[in-house]
Amino acid sequence: MKRLNKIFIAFLLALLPMMAMAQIDGEVIKPRAGKFLLQNATVVTITQGVLNNTSVLVDDGKIKQIGANIATDGAEVIDCSGKFIYPGMIDGGTKLGLVEVSSVAETVDYAEIGNFSPNMQALTAVNPNSVAIPVTRVSGVTTVLTAPAGGLFPGTAALINLNGYTPDQMYAGFKGIVMNFPSSGRRGRYDRRSDEDIKKANEKAVKEANELWEKAKSYGSLVSNGAELDYYPEMEQLAKATTGELPLLIEVNAASDILAAIKWVADKGTKVIFTGVAEGWRVADEIAKAGIPVVTGPIQALPTRDSDRYDTPYANAGKMAKAGVKVAIRTDEQENVRNLPFFAAFAAAYGMGKEEAWKAVTINPAEIFGVADQYGSVETGKVANLIVADGDPFETKTNIMHVFINGYRMPLSNRQIRLYQEFLDRSPGLKMN
Amino acid sequence: MKKANYFLAALLGLSIQFASAQVKKGSILIKNATVLTITEGTLENSDVLVQDGIIKKVGQNLNAPNGVTTIDATGKFLMPGIIDAHSHLGLDVVNEATAPIVAEVRMKDVVNPYEVGIYRALAGGVTISHAMHGSANVIGGQNATLKHRWGSTDPADIIMQDAPRTIKFALGENPTRVHGRGNNIQPRTRMGVEAILRNGFNEAIQYQKAWDSYNSESSKKGNSAMPPVNNERLQILSDILNDKIIIHCHSYRADEIYMLINVARDFGITKLVFQHTNEGFKVAPEIAEYTMGASVFADWWAYKFEVYYSTAYNAAILTENGAITSINSDDAELIRHLYHEAAKTQRYGGMTDEQALAMITINPAKQLGISDKVGSIEEGKQADLVIFEGHPLSSYTVPQMTFVDGVKYFDIKEDEDDQRLKVAPTEMVDAVMIYEGHDSRCMQDTEHLFETTNSLFQLNY
Repeated sequence: MKRLNKIFIAFLLALLPMMAMAQIDGEVIKPRAGKFLLQNATVVTITQGVLNNTSVLVDDGKIKQIGANIATDGAEVIDCSGKFIYPGMIDGGTKLGLVEVSSVAETVDYAEIGNFSPNMQALTAVNPNSVAIPVTRVSGVTTVLTAPAGGLFPGTAALINLNGYTPDQMYAGFKGIVMNFPSSGRRGRYDRRSDEDIKKANEKAVKEANELWEKAKSYGSLVSNGAELDYYPEMEQLAKATTGELPLLIEVNAASDILAAIKWVADKGTKVIFTGVAEGWRVADEIAKAGIPVVTGPIQALPTRDSDRYDTPYANAGKMAKAGVKVAIRTDEQENVRNLPFFAAFAAAYGMGKEEAWKAVTINPAEIFGVADQYGSVETGKVANLIVADGDPFETKTNIMHVFINGYRMPLSNRQIRLYQEFLDRSPGLKMN
Repeated sequence: MKKANYFLAALLGLSIQFASAQVKKGSILIKNATVLTITEGTLENSDVLVQDGIIKKVGQNLNAPNGVTTIDATGKFLMPGIIDAHSHLGLDVVNEATAPIVAEVRMKDVVNPYEVGIYRALAGGVTISHAMHGSANVIGGQNATLKHRWGSTDPADIIMQDAPRTIKFALGENPTRVHGRGNNIQPRTRMGVEAILRNGFNEAIQYQKAWDSYNSESSKKGNSAMPPVNNERLQILSDILNDKIIIHCHSYRADEIYMLINVARDFGITKLVFQHTNEGFKVAPEIAEYTMGASVFADWWAYKFEVYYSTAYNAAILTENGAITSINSDDAELIRHLYHEAAKTQRYGGMTDEQALAMITINPAKQLGISDKVGSIEEGKQADLVIFEGHPLSSYTVPQMTFVDGVKYFDIKEDEDDQRLKVAPTEMVDAVMIYEGHDSRCMQDTEHLFETTNSLFQLNY
C-alpha cells in the first residue's frame, strides 16, 4: 500500500507541469492560448536537422522564432532543458472522430449507404468531443486525416487538428476524395466468396468506376463551359477530382491492383495519393516510377499472403521509401491512433530507419496533403503543432510532457488518465470502513 | 466409475508418455547474453546451458559439452519464451455456440499444427499459447495449452501435455448476444448469465451426489444399485467445483467480474483467471484478493460498448493492487509483438522492466498453472528461450531466435519467404487477404446468428 501511495504521488508530481492551475474538485483544465517560450531544448526540426540548446517561441498560434537566445518578452517560459521538441505527428489515415464505439451502429458515421457518395463529408461527421481525441493527442499525434470508408467512392476525407470545438476550428487545410480501387483480393478471413465471384465483382467495379469517372469528367467540363445542369451533388463532387481541384485518395492494396491503379490513373491527369498499399513492396519500383505518393499502414498487420515472410508488413514502408516512393504512415485506426509512433518505430526497425520514419509521420504527410507550408516540421512561421518529450517519442518509456496544437497548450489528460487517477488506489479499497 | 477412471488415467498416462517421446529436445549453449531471467534479475554477459530441453546451468564462462552447439549472443538480450494466455491460433474451429454450457467440448480435438500463424508467433518470440474456446457460451469448452513446436504435424506434439486443464467461461455481451438475442433463450442479460452459472453448478453438485451415493451403495455386498447416466458436461462442471480445472473467463465489466468472484466464492472455487478484464481496474482489490488475476490487452478499447470505459492503465492498476497480471493477444497479429504490448505498460502506468516482462512470461505461466516449468530462466525449467537484438521492451527491438525445449524453431537469418508446412490443393494459388484491423476469432463460427450485422461492424472479441 505504501508503494502504491508513492507511485501515485510520483504520478501526480509528473503531472504537475500540466496542472499549473491547481486542479480542485470540479475544475477542468482547458486548452490555453498564449505566448510560450520553450527554453533550451534539443529541437528535432525534421527538415533542418537537430538543434541543441535551442529555444522555440510560440505566439499567435505560430512558431514565431527558433534560436539560442530568445528574449522572454512576456512569454510564459517552459524550461525544456534535457527535453526534446518535435513537430506534432500526423497520421495519414484514420477514422478518428467518425466512430465512438465500433460495434454500436448508432455511433458509426464513416460509412454511408451506397457505392457512389463522394459528396459525403468526413468533416461534417467529425465529433470534436469524441473521447478518443484527447486519448490520441497525449501520444504526440496532433493532426490526422479522417476518412470515410465503404463503397467505391465513399466520401471526402479531411485533415484535422486535434484541437477545437467545431469541425471548422479543427480543419487543417486538406480534403481528398476517397476511392476504393476495385480489389481482386479477399477482405480478411470472413470474406468467403469464391474466386469466381471475386473476379466478377472486381470486373463489375472497374467498369462502374470507369463509367462514373467519364460522367464526372463530362459533368466538370460542361459546368466549366457554363452549362446549367440538374442538381447532382455526387457528380459535382467527383468532378472536382477530374479537374484537379481535389486529389483522389485511392485505397489499393494487392500488388496486381496497385499496378492496375497505376495504369488507371495514368491518363486521368488528376492528383493521386495511394493509401493502404499493403503489397507496395512487391511493386515499389513501379510506384516510384509513376511518382505517386503513398500513405501506408497499418504497419502492425498480418502479411497479405500465407506464403509471405512474417515481417513484410513491418518492412513495407521502408522498402517503398528505399525505392524512391514518398511514404507517409497511417494507423488506419479510430480509438487507437495513439499507436502511430509505435507503428513508425516498427517501420524504422525493419529497414526504414528512424530519420525516414520520422518524416513519414511529419513532413511527408504534410507534403503529400499539400500543407507543408503550415505543418510537418519545426520551422519559423509554421503552425505551432509541437510536442515536448523527455526522450524518443517512439519509445514507450518516453513521457510526452507537453503538446501544443495551433499554439494552444493542450491539457495532457483524458478519460483513461482520469480513471487511472481514480482507481490506482481506490477508496474504499477492499473493505468499507 | 472408479474403474473407468483408473483405466482412463492409465490410458492418459500412456498417451502422455507416447506423446512426449515424439517431442524433440535440444541441447545448446547461449554465450555472453544479457540474460533477463524474470525471477532472478538481469545477468550481464552470462551464459545459459541447455541439455535435453532443460535449462541445466545459468552462469558465466560455461563450456559446451561435446556435441552441444554454441550460440554467441554478445550484445543481445535473452529472455524466456513469451507466453500468450489468450489465443486462438492453431485451432480449426473456435466456438461450439449451441448451448449456454458446452463444457464437454475440447480444443485439443481441433488442434491444427499447420497454421502458419504459429511460425509467425515464434518470430515474435512466443513459445506457448493458450488455445482457447470462443466466447459464445457462459461456460465454453476446454482449452489447450500449445507449445509452438513448428514443423510437428501430429497435433499431440504441439500440445503441452504437462499443462493443467483449463476451461473457457464468458460473461456479458457475447453470450447474451448469441443465446438471448440470437436464439431467444437464457441468458439475455447479465442476470441470466449468473443464473446459468449457479444452475449449472448446482446441477453438477446433484450429479456428483448421485455418483457418490451409487459408489458407496455399489461397494456393499449384494447391492443392486443402478449407476446414474453418465454426463460429461456435468462431470466437467464437477471437476471445476473440485478445482481440478482452471477457469479462464472472458469478461469486461466490473460488475460481471465481481459477480463471478462471488459465484466462485459461494461454490468454493479458487482457480479463476479473468480474461480481457477491461474494467478489472475498477475491482482490482477484489481480483487481487480472490483470484489468480487477470490477463488483459495493453490498449484495446471502444470496439464494443462494454469496453468503452476502459483505460490503457488497466495492467498497471491491477499490478499495483497486487493482482497477477498478464498481457495477451487474442489475435493472430498482436501475438507477433507481445513484447511491445508489454512495453506499453511503461507508457501507461510506469511499470518497471521487470514488471512489464513478467506480464508476458511468469505471470501468464502462473495463470496457466505452468510456472513451475516455464516462464523464467531458471535451472531445471524447460528451455523455451528468445534472443532479441535490442532490449525486448524497446520499440525498435527485433527478435532473432526462438527456442522451444532447446530446439530452434525460428532464426531470422534462416527465415524463408514461404514457411508454410503444406499447401492445400483447395487453396487459391495466390490468395491475397487484406488485413482490416484485427484478427480475433473469439466469436468465429457464430456469424450465421447475426445475418443482419453489417460486415463492417464484425467485431468478435
